[in-house]
Parts: sequence; C-alpha cells; structure tokens
Amino acid sequence: MNRTSLGGKLLRGVLWVAFGLFFLFPLYAMADFSTRNLLKGGRTLQAWKNLVQDDALYQAIVISLLLAVFTVVLMLVILVPTMIWVRLRAPWAKGVIEFLCLLPLTIPALVIVVGLRNVYLWVAYFLGESALTLTFVYVVLVLPFAYRALDGALSAIDLKTLSEAARSLGAGWFATIARVVVPNIWSGILSAAFISIAVVLGEYTIASLSGFQTLQVQIVLIGKADGPTSVAASLAVLVFGFVLLLVLALLTRGRRRTGAIDAAVPAPTTATQSGVPT
Amino acid sequence: MTNGVSVELTDLTRVYGPVKALDGLTLHIEPGELVALLGPSGCGKTTALRILAGLDEATSGSVSVGGQDLTKVPANKRDMGMVFQAYSLFPHLTVVDNVAFGLKMRGKDKGDRLSRADEMLELVGLTAHRNKYASELSGGQQQRVALARALAIQPRVLLLDEPLSALDAKVRVQLRDEIRRVQLEVGTTTLFVTHDQEEALAVADRVGVMSQGKLEQLAAPAELYANPATPFVAEFVGLNNKVPAEVSGGQAKLLGSSVPALPGSISSGAGLAMVRPESVTVTADPSGTASVTSVAFLGPISRVFCTLADGTVVGAQMASSAARVFSPGDPVTVGVEPTGVLVVEAGG
Repeated sequence: MNRTSLGGKLLRGVLWVAFGLFFLFPLYAMADFSTRNLLKGGRTLQAWKNLVQDDALYQAIVISLLLAVFTVVLMLVILVPTMIWVRLRAPWAKGVIEFLCLLPLTIPALVIVVGLRNVYLWVAYFLGESALTLTFVYVVLVLPFAYRALDGALSAIDLKTLSEAARSLGAGWFATIARVVVPNIWSGILSAAFISIAVVLGEYTIASLSGFQTLQVQIVLIGKADGPTSVAASLAVLVFGFVLLLVLALLTRGRRRTGAIDAAVPAPTTATQSGVPT
Repeated sequence: MTNGVSVELTDLTRVYGPVKALDGLTLHIEPGELVALLGPSGCGKTTALRILAGLDEATSGSVSVGGQDLTKVPANKRDMGMVFQAYSLFPHLTVVDNVAFGLKMRGKDKGDRLSRADEMLELVGLTAHRNKYASELSGGQQQRVALARALAIQPRVLLLDEPLSALDAKVRVQLRDEIRRVQLEVGTTTLFVTHDQEEALAVADRVGVMSQGKLEQLAAPAELYANPATPFVAEFVGLNNKVPAEVSGGQAKLLGSSVPALPGSISSGAGLAMVRPESVTVTADPSGTASVTSVAFLGPISRVFCTLADGTVVGAQMASSAARVFSPGDPVTVGVEPTGVLVVEAGG
C-alpha cells in the first residue's frame, strides 16, 4: 500500500467523520432535548407519546400524510402521461411544459397564496374547507422537483422506439405506458414521489397562511408551549425523510446496476431517434 | 411455405412541413415475397414502412393488406411484426418475456405464450439465452430476439427497418442471411428497408430503389443490376464509371467498342455511358493511350484506376491475381465488355 492511497483513505475517513458529526449532531441534540424532563430533570418519553396522544397533533400528522399521498398520486397521474405524450407526440411543447413546471420555483409562497386565494374560494365552495384541498397547490409546488426526476428517467430510455415496438406488438396506449414505459422509468417515478413527499411534509408557509392545521403548522404552534413535543415531531419528520431516501436508494440500486451493464453494451451507431424519418 | 398476404401501397404521399417525404409511392408486394426498399437517407423508404406499420399517417393515398384497407387502422390493430433500427427490446423483461409480449397483448394464456416464445427462440438459435435481459446480450443477439418477437405474433407482414445498420460488418452478414432463411421458412410477406445495396440485393426477391419520395425502379436484384431504368438507379446500385459515348441506332460507341444501349438511354447523340467496373477491361499495351493511375487491393478482387487520353478516370474491377501485373504509370488499353449500358445526357 503506498503513501498516497493511505493519505487518501485518511482524508476520506476524516471527511466522513466531519460530515457525519455535522449532520448527526443536530439530530442527536434534538433527540436529547425531546427526551428531557424540563420540570423534574431526568429523561421522559412524554414528548414522543404526545405525537399520538395529542389529538390536534395526531390529526395534523394524518392530514400531512394524506396530503403527501394525494399529492404524489395526482402529480404522477398528471405529469407522467403528459411528459410521455409531449416526448412522443408534441416535442415542440417540451420547452413550454418545462418552463411551466419549473415556474413555481421562482414564485414565493406568499405570492402563490395571494394568487390562489380567489381560486380557493371556488375550491372551498365545491369541496369544502378541508385541509386536503391543499393537494392542488402542493401538486403545483412539487412540479419542479418531480419534473426533473421524471425527465431524467425518460431521457435514459429510447422512449420512441420502445413505445413503437409495444404498439406494433398489439399494445394500446394504456398498455404501452403501463407495461413498457412505467417499468422502465420506475426509479424516476420513485424519486419524484419521495421528493414530493419530502416537500409536502416540509411545507409551512402556504398551509399556515391558508389557515390549515398541517403537521408543520402544528409543530410551530406546539413549539410555543411545549418545546420537547415540537422538537420530537420535527425529528420524526426528519427521520421519516431519511428513511424515504434510504428506501429510494435501496429500490433503485438494482436498476442502477442494470444501467451499468447497459452502458457496457455498444449502442446503435446510426439509430434514428428523432426528426423526419428517411 | 407461404403464409403471407399481399400488400398494396397506393399513391402514398407524406408531407412534413415543406418536405415531401413520399411523393405518390405505389408498391405491390406479392404474398410471401420479400421486397427491399433501397435508397439514400431522406428518400422516403422509412416513411413508407412506418405508414405501412401504422406508426405514421399518410397525407394522402391508401394502405391495403390482404385486400383489407388499413389506412385508418391504428398500429396496434394491424397485426404487423416490426424490427427496428435501434435496439428495441424491453429492458425490464427477459428475452423469453420480450418474445411473448405480443402474445400477452393478444390475451394468450401463459402456457401458449411461453411455448410459442421458445419455438421462436429456437428458430433464431437463442434458446440458451431465454432468461437473460437485453443488457446481457450483444447487438446481434438483441436484433435476433427482436426478430423472434416480431414473428411470434404470426404477423401478416414483417417489417424490417434497417435492422442491421447498428451491427458490425461480420454480424451484419450473418444476421442478413439468417433473416432470409427465417423469412423463407415462415413465408411471411416482408418489407425490408435499407440503405445498403449489398444487403438489399442479397436478401430480397425484388428491390425497389427510391429517390426523393419516388420509386425509381422495382425489379429482381439481377435485373436491377444489369438493366437500371434510370441514371439514379445505375449510380446508386453498384459503382459506376461515367464514360463519354455516342449513341446511334440503339448502339453506344465507347472505349473503342460498340455495345447495346439500354432502354432509358438517350436516343442519339453524345452522352455519358454508365459502365460497371466489372465490365471494363484493361490490357497492358506499350502503345496504349491510357495509363494506370492506381491499384486498390480489396482481397480477392482489386480495382485498377486508369486515366484515358481525354482525362476521364475509369475504374476496372478484376481478380487480384490479374491486377498484380499493373503498376501506376503503366500504359494500357481500356475497353468495355459487350453488355448493355445506360447512356444519359452529358449534363445528367
């Protein structure tokens, strides 16, 4: 073993420890604070028990999880077929769709709330004053992240050829998307879904300004009276996010390996992928 | 054995904005026949195939298969097997599942699907690879699986869209022969699109040469090669020399000989004769007015390039053993064998 590789390993080890401490220390501090008994001293799990025993907090957790699920489902139902359709049938619209999807990144949440107020009067009129109606605005909010994830996955496959092969073999459009396209962009769909969940579970401004009691709004409210419970809820959300990312990494690991094999196989040299056929 | 049906493309036109990709293409394919559409990039051959497959729509004209008008029928209802230029196996499915995919779409039960898929894999010699994924196969193997997949559904017409162009030369020849063997075995009417004249001449019953969206000539390979109907066909199919000639009374005088002028030639006067390199003769002659410019060794054959007295460069193809006697600068006499030649106007 030479000195360079030893030095490299040492540096890598030091960086691992430094970054580990940087990320884990706040989590440790949160765990420590959330288990402290501030009145009598010592340790208690009361703050963690409050996550399910405090009715308002429990309801907020359920609402946030439902919002995450509904947002992911609606986002996928809207975005996946649209992006496939644009790539196959309307490539001229790709720039417009991309611009529209990325637009929410550039608009402050406050402006979105003000802009959506009139729209939400109608939403409330038809669907009631449920916090779950935030699904619609959250779908808009996650579009930039979901678009990027799906766009990357779609770019990695020869969508045109695969869908034409499926259709020539007798598959209709629904079967083509469900049986051929979706299985081949699964990692992108998972990424889009998990990132969307993370965004929804972290969103505060819109929910708060709209007067809905989501998890983040409750955490802030509880934090004014009960610090440990508020921190316990925050830590739970963070750990949930980490677990989601871990699951994402595990689920897409096999596919990345397959991709590595794909890269080793020579690609067609004169494939006609776009433009006017000869 | 012939399982095929006839195919009729009638007056097909396809316009993409200012580009006319197909310009009144009419083509009839007999049941069980393999027709190759040959032409340079942009000539409309792939557009014609895609319209037949239902993957593109004609601006005008009609498509009929087995007497049934399919012009407005969607691709998934046409019962056509297609092999694409780009690798098109579904990456998430194994080889056997890829081959069985079309049968699954037709609602066949699992037993029938797998049995038919195995039968097709045996036909293309890939039974041992049935449980592999596309990423574990070579390019040639992937295209053979694609062929098995296209044939598994017992298509009415087999469509091959430059299936060999992504492969290296050796595999290309092997697979080309295999495609022909399999096609003859199953007897499916086949349309093969290629820009490689050797490929087209080797596998097809008839070859259609296309240029600028039009069919220039449709004929058996030997006929097409020997009697090109237009200057474009003569030039595109095989190498050609353009030699000054004089036409009169159906005969063309060139290189000191008089040979028959093919139909389509100018009726009289001076023109350019399209002469195949294998029809050119070169004789060592110290008093010859031509001289050897270069000799290209191509293995069993060689090409000897000579410059005539008027500056015209003519290439002759001969056995390498015969070409050994020539060196650059040697004086020679250049002649032509008495086969027919196409003579076009000097500006054409």
